[in-house]
Amino acid sequence: MTASLVGALVLALAQAQPAAAAGAAANPGAGSAPRAVARAAPASPASAPATHITVLAAASLADAFHDIAARLRAARPGLEVRFDFAGSQQLALAIEQGAMADVFASADTRWMDYVTTRGLAAGEPRLFAGNRLVVIVPRANPARIGRLQALARPGVKLVLAAEAVPVGAYSREALAKLAGAPGFPADYARKVLANVVSQEDNVRGVVGKVQLGEADAGLVYESDVASAAAGAVRMLEIPGPYNVLARYPIVVLRSGRRAAEARAFVDFVCSRSGQEVLGARGFLPAGSAAR
Amino acid sequence: MRELAARIVAAVAGGTLVLLLGLPLAALLLRVSPGELARRLASPEILAALRLSLVSTTAASLLVVVMGLPLAYLLATRRFRGKRVLEVLLDLPMVLPPTVAGFALLMAFGRMGLAGRALSALGVSLPFTTLGLVVAQVFMAAPFFIAPARAGFASVDRRYLDAAATLRASEARTFLRVMLPLSMPSLLAGVAMCGARALGEFGATITFAGNLPGVTQTMPLAVYVALQSDLSTAVALSALLLAMSCALLFALRATSAGALLGGRFAAGASR
Repeated sequence: MTASLVGALVLALAQAQPAAAAGAAANPGAGSAPRAVARAAPASPASAPATHITVLAAASLADAFHDIAARLRAARPGLEVRFDFAGSQQLALAIEQGAMADVFASADTRWMDYVTTRGLAAGEPRLFAGNRLVVIVPRANPARIGRLQALARPGVKLVLAAEAVPVGAYSREALAKLAGAPGFPADYARKVLANVVSQEDNVRGVVGKVQLGEADAGLVYESDVASAAAGAVRMLEIPGPYNVLARYPIVVLRSGRRAAEARAFVDFVCSRSGQEVLGARGFLPAGSAAR
Repeated sequence: MRELAARIVAAVAGGTLVLLLGLPLAALLLRVSPGELARRLASPEILAALRLSLVSTTAASLLVVVMGLPLAYLLATRRFRGKRVLEVLLDLPMVLPPTVAGFALLMAFGRMGLAGRALSALGVSLPFTTLGLVVAQVFMAAPFFIAPARAGFASVDRRYLDAAATLRASEARTFLRVMLPLSMPSLLAGVAMCGARALGEFGATITFAGNLPGVTQTMPLAVYVALQSDLSTAVALSALLLAMSCALLFALRATSAGALLGGRFAAGASR
């Protein structure tokens, strides 16, 4: 009791300033805590001394990159990849603030540009994947959302990512496009945005809230449905002309100490093998155009 | 000679900690000019977050006092079966990671949660609402009131209570006329600590109540969001939170409650 009292005030104030890391983990139900540094490879045999690189990647890439790291391990034993998955905006700011990392993979070009224009990248970014948006609803579908128009119905609890998050910006773009589509009211985007009950800091946060059934609907990437939330959610497609093509660039960072290994990782992601994994996880080829 | 060495080691160790605590705060304040700070603070988003923080923190603190007083009194004055379990339960939010608390709240009061189905049948919804935000704050802040309140009650001299009893005062009357006034400094300290914790609540809030400006986006959440896109707003918000925390602490120190935070108070808390 004494100890808890002495600590109480200190704790109370310490927690008055949120630690960025503490908040990033705040995603119920998401398959992986986005900011957790995941160890992709087990301890390598003593014969080959392990070198490790740190890859900062958009939260939507978590499953695909874990698969890629597993394949890379088979191809290059001794190369250990550690991941930090979060919203691209968070990673870009972390890089600006001096985070030591070897590779950055962003879910849009805005935050990649943020990094490259500040001279923090070594070389030109390469586009390695695409993605499309879908609407997801909990399997039980409590709000009975059968078509996209229903998202504008008052009282629907919609969760989006915040505007600064790539998927948040793509979502708003797609809603604006839908507002011009036949069969949609002109104030569609405004009405849908009025239904937003929470703005998440990465796409897995949106998936989690829908997966748990707390939100009636959310806008996420098609690849999220293919992996994390399979079974727990239903998907509503956004027709091609009104959808948005998310583009994923990847680059080697100047702050990294393992340029050769970092380049090897980037090459592997762009290789046929890496592209196969991304395809299997629901990503589109980098070269695809928005249908 | 050994004496001197010990002093030097102690000074270096203590000084390092003071620097570790002080430097980040100084860095925060040096980052913006006062004019810039004032301009930022007048923006509608920050004012909305500030208003929400003040309203929710006040509501949460009041609820904690109303619900926590009987428990603190019970723990201070009675022995009963299951007391240990109750103590652990009430202390738990102090050590529980806030994110875990938020997730547990979702499992209990979320729409699909244990009690959530019943609540939604009554038309009450907690996730994504200001009410849910207050619930998260109450959950996280309650121990910070209950612990000092209990200590305050326990430290009241038995002789006063015996005297009241010989005068045939009922327990309720003794509580109101003897216990409450004598424990007031501890209760005020508890309210301040509970309020500080509620003001700073972050993890449980963003997990359970979500993050929407004006509804559930309190100042700590606004700082976190601003950190991802707009650093100068983050600095302004952080400086404001820092000022509020300092004001709370200085006010506490200035009252008699502050003196209790030192020795006597903690001594009273030990069993």
